[in-house]
Amino acid sequence: MPKMPARGGARTLNDIRPGGRVRIRRHHSEGAVRQRLLDLGLMPNVVVTVVRSAPLNDPIELKLDASSITLRRREAITIEVTSEEPES
Amino acid sequence: MSKRDGVLVALAGQQNAGKSTLFNVLTGARQHVANYPGVTVDKKHGQYGDEVGTVYTVDLPGTYSLTSFSLEERVAREFLLGDRPDITVNVVDASNLHRSLHLTLQILEMELPSVLALNMMDVAEGRGIQIDQAQLAQRLQVPVVATVGRKGQGRDPLRQTIRAESARQAATPTPPPAPVDYGALEPVIAQVQQRLAPFKAIADLPQRWLALELLEGDTQAVSMLVERLGEVAARPLREEIGALIDAFEQQHGIEISDYVVGCRDRAIERLLEGVVSGAEGGRTTLTERVDRIVLNRWLAPAFLLLTVFAIYQVSIVWGYELTNVTWPFLAKGRELIAGVLPSADFLVDPYLRSLGLWLVDSANTLLNYVPIFLILFACIAIVEDSGYMARIAFILDKVLHRFGLHGQSTLPLILGGVFAGGCAVPGVMATKGIPDTRARMATIFTVPFMNCLAKVPLYTLLLGIFFVEHKSLMMFYISTMTIIFALLVAKLLTKTVLSGQETSPFVMELPHYHLPTVNGVARRSLERTWQYIKKVGTVVLAVAVVVFVLLHLPGLPAERKAHFAQEAEAAIERFEQALAENPYRDLATGDNLVPLVNYYTDYKRAKLTATGAAGSQRVTERFQARNAAFYPLVKRGGDRDARQAARALRKLAHERRALRKQMHEERIRHSVLGTIGRGMEPVTQFAGFDWKINIALLSSFAARESSVATLGVLFQPDEDESASLEERMGDATREGGATALLAVSMILFFALYPPCLATTMMVKVQTGSYKWMLFSIVFPTILGLGVASAVYSIGQAVGATGIEAMSAVYWGAFVLLLIIGLLSDRKASRLLRQRFSEG
Repeated sequence: MPKMPARGGARTLNDIRPGGRVRIRRHHSEGAVRQRLLDLGLMPNVVVTVVRSAPLNDPIELKLDASSITLRRREAITIEVTSEEPES
Repeated sequence: MSKRDGVLVALAGQQNAGKSTLFNVLTGARQHVANYPGVTVDKKHGQYGDEVGTVYTVDLPGTYSLTSFSLEERVAREFLLGDRPDITVNVVDASNLHRSLHLTLQILEMELPSVLALNMMDVAEGRGIQIDQAQLAQRLQVPVVATVGRKGQGRDPLRQTIRAESARQAATPTPPPAPVDYGALEPVIAQVQQRLAPFKAIADLPQRWLALELLEGDTQAVSMLVERLGEVAARPLREEIGALIDAFEQQHGIEISDYVVGCRDRAIERLLEGVVSGAEGGRTTLTERVDRIVLNRWLAPAFLLLTVFAIYQVSIVWGYELTNVTWPFLAKGRELIAGVLPSADFLVDPYLRSLGLWLVDSANTLLNYVPIFLILFACIAIVEDSGYMARIAFILDKVLHRFGLHGQSTLPLILGGVFAGGCAVPGVMATKGIPDTRARMATIFTVPFMNCLAKVPLYTLLLGIFFVEHKSLMMFYISTMTIIFALLVAKLLTKTVLSGQETSPFVMELPHYHLPTVNGVARRSLERTWQYIKKVGTVVLAVAVVVFVLLHLPGLPAERKAHFAQEAEAAIERFEQALAENPYRDLATGDNLVPLVNYYTDYKRAKLTATGAAGSQRVTERFQARNAAFYPLVKRGGDRDARQAARALRKLAHERRALRKQMHEERIRHSVLGTIGRGMEPVTQFAGFDWKINIALLSSFAARESSVATLGVLFQPDEDESASLEERMGDATREGGATALLAVSMILFFALYPPCLATTMMVKVQTGSYKWMLFSIVFPTILGLGVASAVYSIGQAVGATGIEAMSAVYWGAFVLLLIIGLLSDRKASRLLRQRFSEG
């Protein structure tokens, strides 16, 4: 498997600092985790804001629309994101 | 058409949509909580009557969607499919309509006649969101009702709509039309539907829904197909569908389940276009502003500590003070019952009396905690309803997760009594909310290590005897070692017996802050307290009877009985001789003798417990009223003859008590429990426990509080009435060579000791298995005995004092905790890096 930078600088939610706004590109998780993320509205092409990380750095809190979602970094790293502009 | 009397209504909705509140509004107080058959998910039923008839209501577990990934979703789906409710009330969060409608569409795809309850309308309005309800109802082809569950608004319109819609459906069944157009997938769905059509065995299922689920590869739908059609008939179907899936996914380069979600999302966007306005609003909500402070990296731990401390102070400390007020009522109840039971004989009490009082005492120790629990549960309900509980999980998840627990383990651990005071029964009960099975099991097994209220008296007792100088240090050790042990044990279990259990991610919604309502908090607090009384009460009373029997059987051998009877005769004879010349003789002997002695002991006890001059005066009046003739013989002073009689009476009463005590000890030593206790000595001697302590620990399995009670009985008061249990036990145990080291051994064993019976019953309920229940008893017993033995034996070998041994254990465990915590952190970040590089 090539290292991340070799894949054109693709970033995951885990890399985003608090305050950052990003657009979800795709999920690398499967099964129940993926379903849960989708259920909570983390669908491809949706814009989310990273609000903060917990006092011990993990989990992190996201904001999308009216809701606040928390997830652990180990899940965040499976969500690939791009900068907030929609892909044309 | 009606297959049952009345109407069956199911409430379905996502978590945090206020579904349960609306359920309470709809059904009022008439509800019943049970478990779904075979699983540990709550099933809440209720019913209400409207002008037409009865409406049976079921509150389904809150789910984000209706796939078969989680237990709650499977339960909800099975109910909707199997019981086909007449009306499904879909409760949605009006302030978060977009996301909520995903579930709505799935319900409609199951062709369930529905009513949409737009709940939390006040929150939506507060955010400037406007919803065109008529337009939404028109587009979905489903009646829409606005409600505010927390304020009880919208109940009547909702009830009317349910009634009207069910009547309409009964007259002409019109299942809702397919709400989503799946575009390129539609021909495939049609193809599958066509293939399914000839099979009668699945004709009752919504066909389009089934086709879609099969195409999405839903495991439960597939197994349902196999189950209904049989392996042989299902195989070609499955192969065909598999080929269709592959073809579609190859052609479109997307998994069908992702494609389906995308289509639904677009359908929702179209649905809401022109229906919802004002949802954008970039202004920050109150919740966000509060969270900026409450979840601030530096302030969050402070707020957390403050909250936990406040709960502790209000419920445990103040609640304890409240029990001083309520205890006299329980004591009065005991007196009343004692008066009704047959009165004591000179030497032996009738069984009915001793068993009756034994049961009353057992019940009273439990009921004594009721005020504490009412307050504790109310505090917890406030924390839950306000939305802060989810934030506690967010703050603590990292620490807890590292040891195999979960952010949401916090509530059970607090209820169990993190530092001092709690109860494992509601603690284990509260593990229900933890979504990760493995962490949930680990929590269930570690909650009993917390300091439940009933452990505290034994700690206090032992500290009072052996650690007078180091009391506060020992208290600190005891109240913080619980969490250290719990984390270590959780880690151990997670790595061993629980390693095969299912885990799930920590993906959770932080609800908006709400002001909890008085009604909601009171209801929750009463509900949980009642559950405690019911569950604990029945078990503890049943066990109290068993322990009583085990302590009394087989009774004393005949020759010992005869011996004691003889002694008693002699004592009475001496008394009669002393009064030979006394004018009070007739009053004090013969049939009057036993009542007089009872009168005397009752009087002494009442005087001893009476507080202040006024209390003492009341006792005097009471006993004067009870028997005016006896009174001169018990009071101080009086004429010469009375004084002489009183002296003789005092002597007789003392002799009687000494005899009774001796008999009692011999009986216990001979009893079944005593035999077991002595039989255990070869094993427990390494921990320093003799048979008396063994009995106390055995009976504490029935209920923790009985350990102190049993010790009290074993070290029963003799001549010197005012000596406290501390002094008596101190003397008796020191005579037997007991040391502070033994006390440490007892404290450690007690901290790690198996949960009381009521808790193990709860473990059975929550794990759904007797195997795990047995494990919850055996594992801590071995662990506790192992630790206690090691500490006692090593401590004796090196000649450590109690406080030294305790410090060594505490800091040893603490260092171990740090090492494990740091190690798993390094492992976690390594895993994270690995995943990162895999992409």
